[in-house]
Amino acid sequence: MSAAWRARAALAALLAPALLWLGALILLPHVELAVLSLRERIGPQQYAASLSQYKTFFTEPLYWHIFVRTALVSCVATLFTFLATFPIAWIIAKALRGRAGALLFIVCLVPFWVSETVRTLGWMILLRESGVLPSLLVKLGITQVPVEMLYHDATILLGLVYTNMLFMLVPLVSSLESLDDALIEAAYDLGASGWSILRTIVIPHAAPGITAGAIIVFMLTLGNYLTPALLGGKNSEWFTEQIYTQFITRFNWEQGAAFGFLLLGLSTIMVMIGLRLSGQRFGDVMRRT
Amino acid sequence: MSADLFAREVLKRFGAHTAVDSLSFSVERGSFFSILGPSGCGKTTLLRMIAGFLAPDSGDISIGGRSMVGVAPNRRPVNMVFQQLALFPMMSVGENVAYGLARRGVARAERERKAQAMLERVGLANAARKRVDELSGGQRQRVAIARSLVLEPTLLLLDEPLGALDLKLREHMKIELKQLQAAFGTTFVYITHDQSEALVLSDHVGVMNQGRFEQLGTPQELYYQPQTPFVAGFVGANNRIVGRVELLDGDIATVATDQGWQVHGRRHGALSVGDAVEAFARPESCLLGRQSAELPAGLPAHVGIVQSLLFDGANSAVLLEEERTRREFRIALPQTGQFADLKPGEMIRFGFDPQRAAVFPARPGAAGQAG
Repeated sequence: MSAAWRARAALAALLAPALLWLGALILLPHVELAVLSLRERIGPQQYAASLSQYKTFFTEPLYWHIFVRTALVSCVATLFTFLATFPIAWIIAKALRGRAGALLFIVCLVPFWVSETVRTLGWMILLRESGVLPSLLVKLGITQVPVEMLYHDATILLGLVYTNMLFMLVPLVSSLESLDDALIEAAYDLGASGWSILRTIVIPHAAPGITAGAIIVFMLTLGNYLTPALLGGKNSEWFTEQIYTQFITRFNWEQGAAFGFLLLGLSTIMVMIGLRLSGQRFGDVMRRT
Repeated sequence: MSADLFAREVLKRFGAHTAVDSLSFSVERGSFFSILGPSGCGKTTLLRMIAGFLAPDSGDISIGGRSMVGVAPNRRPVNMVFQQLALFPMMSVGENVAYGLARRGVARAERERKAQAMLERVGLANAARKRVDELSGGQRQRVAIARSLVLEPTLLLLDEPLGALDLKLREHMKIELKQLQAAFGTTFVYITHDQSEALVLSDHVGVMNQGRFEQLGTPQELYYQPQTPFVAGFVGANNRIVGRVELLDGDIATVATDQGWQVHGRRHGALSVGDAVEAFARPESCLLGRQSAELPAGLPAHVGIVQSLLFDGANSAVLLEEERTRREFRIALPQTGQFADLKPGEMIRFGFDPQRAAVFPARPGAAGQAG
């Protein structure tokens, strides 16, 4: 056995689990779904190849309205997640450093040891009409009667930002930690104010990290089912719920598969547009995550 | 001459440690001033106080005649060249140089013209569009200086900017820095732990130790007339001999070591017979001779045994031990090649002019240390 052959065999053995995972759990179901989405039921047990599932999405206003709404709310949620996370990341990476910074990082991490369902149910306990916050507002005399705080768009947004903060925090902290303090001091020394240092030095340096965090948060939000369903209830009108309805309630797998592919394709296009607008390269960004 | 930088009783403490201890000094307009000291002597703290990144606990720093108390770094007429240069990697060379002008609100066309003119003056006419990482170490150095000088500061601070360069480039940049300073006429304040940089570049040098200036003077004064044992030991190479005063004759003190070796040198400060002292004799002020007759008449002669030859081109030296006391002594070899054939174990005579050796009262706790 030659050394080169053995090295290749070892490489194949090491790659095998990843390839198996990719093939069996990602590629295979998607091929199956693609086939499903491209056919139409013309009678009992009878199917014909057709694009009608995709046509439904564009001709039926309800579906693409919900999709556009989902995409817009996801964009807003991504922006809010960034705005809420950046100061925390700055404090961890630059203001505290060392042990105190690591401690704050862990404090941010600990909630994620609890399952997403439990965390979201926690929000429901706080916000529902008979929940903690509405009754507190009554006690303080701010409202006369308990207010229902669930099932609003703002509630969905709040839940999404909370759920996704960690995925923004990690790339932001790592990109801010790699920023040399001397650059900030040099800019300050050359006459820059705090705001212009942020704009000309910090943000450009952290841009790949920000973009990486934004892509992850955007994709997770767009594909989230639990948070909109629990916090938004029937009013949430989230696109993943439409997919769920087609598969589970309507038992229309062909339509559900087509919606799934549309979600994948449209979100990919949106990420590409985002990358183009921010002047980032996909390879650079992925290396930062 | 008016002073561009004036410090009065500047003090800075970190907890119980006094980093800068009531320093007062002034730097003349257009001069090159160096602060020379070992690491941890407080020179970086002092520089950061001048730049405005640290506030003194007490005392006052004024720049260009204006007090800087409470003035933020971005509002001081001072710019700094950082140790690792701190060029902005997200910008081109031209944008780096124009950065400060942009912050002042100078219009784009005007700042591009000024940045280009400045790059031309430092010999980088074609670099404006390049990325910072496309430049060599020496070119980056020049960009860092250009980025500061384009703002026409009253004072340019340099924080060991040559530390990261290799030896050859460092020697070259030393000359270049000196020429740049002469060409621009800006007042430079330079901090370094490298005595050769300080001696070559400066008009005036402050030798700093434990938060204070040991001596302030021209490089020649520091080298030929050190005022304290620290300066004698830190500036240039020196042989240090610890002993007690045996005899005082005018300004010459005779010093005897514990084992009874006698050397002579000029006295500094109040000395009386029996005082513990440190004597310093420079390797390059010593003379060698195979026979006593080869040494100038009247020069106190000593006998040594050659231990090793330290060949280093122009800085070659011989390391020998005094015959009776076995004390190590270093002597520079003459460039004539006269003693290049010395062998370890060989007996040799040496001497030095007492006027060019210095005797100081011993520093507390310094008696036992080797020179």
